[in-house]
Amino acid sequence: MHPESTKELLINMGPQHPATHGVLRLILEVEGELIKKCVPYIGYLHRGVEKLSEDLTYVQVLPLTDRLDYLSSMINNVGFCIAVEKLMGINVPERAKFIRTIMSEVARICSHLVWIATHALDIGAMTVFLYAMRDREKLLELFELVTGARLTVSYPRVGGVRCDINQEFLDELHKFIEEFPKKVEEYETLIDRNRVWLKRTKGVGVITAEEAINWGLTGPTLRGSGVYYDVRKFFPYDAYDKVDFEVPIGKNGDIYDRYKCRMLEFRQSAKIIKQCIEKLPEGSILAEDAPKIRMPASPLKIDKNDIQFEIYIEDKSTEDFIKKFTEVYASVEAPRGELGFYIVCDDSAKPYRMRVRAPSFVHAGVLPRLCEGALIADVIANIGSIDIVLGECDR
Amino acid sequence: METFYFILITTIKTAIYFGILMLHVAYATYAERKIIGHIQLRLGPMVVGPHGLLQPIADVIKLIFKEDIIPSNVDRKIFTIAPLISLTAALSTFAVIPVSQNWFISDINVGILYVLGIAGIGTYGIIFAGWSSNSKYAFLGGLRSAAQMISYEVALAMSLVGVILMAESFNLTEIVNKQLEYSYGMFLFPQFLGYFVFIVAMLAETNRVPFDLPEAETELVAGYFVEYSGIRFSLFYLAEYLAMFCMSALATICFWGGWTVPPFLLKIFPFLGMIPGVVWFLLKVYFHMFLFFWLRGTLPRYRYDQLMAIGWKVLIPLALLNIVLTSLIKYYS
Repeated sequence: MHPESTKELLINMGPQHPATHGVLRLILEVEGELIKKCVPYIGYLHRGVEKLSEDLTYVQVLPLTDRLDYLSSMINNVGFCIAVEKLMGINVPERAKFIRTIMSEVARICSHLVWIATHALDIGAMTVFLYAMRDREKLLELFELVTGARLTVSYPRVGGVRCDINQEFLDELHKFIEEFPKKVEEYETLIDRNRVWLKRTKGVGVITAEEAINWGLTGPTLRGSGVYYDVRKFFPYDAYDKVDFEVPIGKNGDIYDRYKCRMLEFRQSAKIIKQCIEKLPEGSILAEDAPKIRMPASPLKIDKNDIQFEIYIEDKSTEDFIKKFTEVYASVEAPRGELGFYIVCDDSAKPYRMRVRAPSFVHAGVLPRLCEGALIADVIANIGSIDIVLGECDR
Repeated sequence: METFYFILITTIKTAIYFGILMLHVAYATYAERKIIGHIQLRLGPMVVGPHGLLQPIADVIKLIFKEDIIPSNVDRKIFTIAPLISLTAALSTFAVIPVSQNWFISDINVGILYVLGIAGIGTYGIIFAGWSSNSKYAFLGGLRSAAQMISYEVALAMSLVGVILMAESFNLTEIVNKQLEYSYGMFLFPQFLGYFVFIVAMLAETNRVPFDLPEAETELVAGYFVEYSGIRFSLFYLAEYLAMFCMSALATICFWGGWTVPPFLLKIFPFLGMIPGVVWFLLKVYFHMFLFFWLRGTLPRYRYDQLMAIGWKVLIPLALLNIVLTSLIKYYS
């Protein structure tokens, strides 16, 4: 090499980095602060969820889906349940549908709260983080009230939901939803008209509508570019066709528009929850033909030799249904985008193949396109704005 | 003999000043954590001592006894000397800062120039630290700090030119006394442009939010001191807080009338004159310190190129305009 020739500096950002949202690893080639090349490396959180599920019955796969996108485990559960229900041809009772819709929207708010918290923290606004965490705490407590768990809820079941919600939960939730738009305004007072925030987000990480579609983006990341697509509107599931809500879309496709989309989604989610609480019908919460789960009457001491799943699951009933379809794809609108479950079925109670279409995985792929030509600080802002969860990305 | 006494007295003075200063720095960290805590709906430190009052002391003990790790690939000499440069520079600035009438270690005629010059040396510590760490993040932090300090030092110095013109002196005590000659008693009012530039440049000089790019924890992990640990790390920390105090004191002296009360206020509330000057001085300094903490709780961080743009395209022209305006007014009145 000639002594006068220069070389780009290689920076290894992650997998242990405070702002790569888990274990994303980026190799950046920089010239000064300018990024010449950006290559994302994923797989540090790979646990083989898809492969594992081939060895489990449909009912047993459900808790695994909690671990995909751990910030909105409820929506993963719902997505999986809907796919299996489609496979088995189960009709979910109305009440269960409404409960699922309420829970999905609560999970969406939870997930978006974590997003605004970390996104703002990445750009340097510390205070928003704690404000958002304060409100998320209340929602997690509500989850705990119904499901007994805060994060990995495993609440929906194939054919309905695990247990009914009570009046206390509804009252608390209604109270929260009444106050919530004010809380959102509180975050916005801190950042929305802040000159520093606007400078960091407007016109940065721009992706046009056409490109966004070509890259396969979904969710708020796509809608920020001005594309009207939402699984809840286009392929309604659960009770989304019975409630009235809008899908906020952006215009420029920059970080600010993606941010704005999610901030408006907060309000739409609150609106959906409010309508669902008002319209919540009475009735059963589980379809009659749902696969049965026998719950142990008292805590069991599990003997290692005796760990057959028949203790928990009576899987014979499943086999009656699965001959209708051989493969099925069902998707839900997760906070990050379209979360799809593709299940191929042989004649057993276990999926032959389960493939998860994870929005985080697709979005991680667009990072080089967003980052190249930008500055190091923009990488962090971009990671925040596409909102990836590595648990879902790596599966 | 006289020389001996002079040296002895100066040494004692310095020791006392140093001790008090260190206590202030320790409790400034406490104040920062408490204030930001309350801004963020937390309580801040609460465990060590009543309301966490002993937390700074516990922190100091912890930092002193921590293992001092020096990575194997660093440039050892520069790596060890870098925090000392930063600290020494930050401490030396206080030699000329008067806290009340005749309360100073040394009263030199070019006080402002001395403070600006010595504060600039602190940058070397940061650049050396970033360079010698042999780490890419530290290196980027060091580079950013070099660019930032150079551009903002210009704005900082220029913002003070207006004050110097009005006071007709570089001496810090003179500047304070000159402000008393006006009924409003503070250069803050005629020099509001200069004050604005000074405040912004002061934030950038001390690497505080929204200009904390050299240490941006979410981008560069910790920036220039990413490889430092234990006592060496705390020296950088100390230097940062000392620099904050120094800049606050400079703002107080140059724009807020130092230890004096504005004459028009004194006319309305004569009892204000009973309060010793040092109390006023500390109140004004802590107002500026609060400003640092407050901004940290509120603002996001600028990007590198935006920071440069603000420095060269906004602050320096504003400071120049201020100089021109001040000179014109001075000439025609």
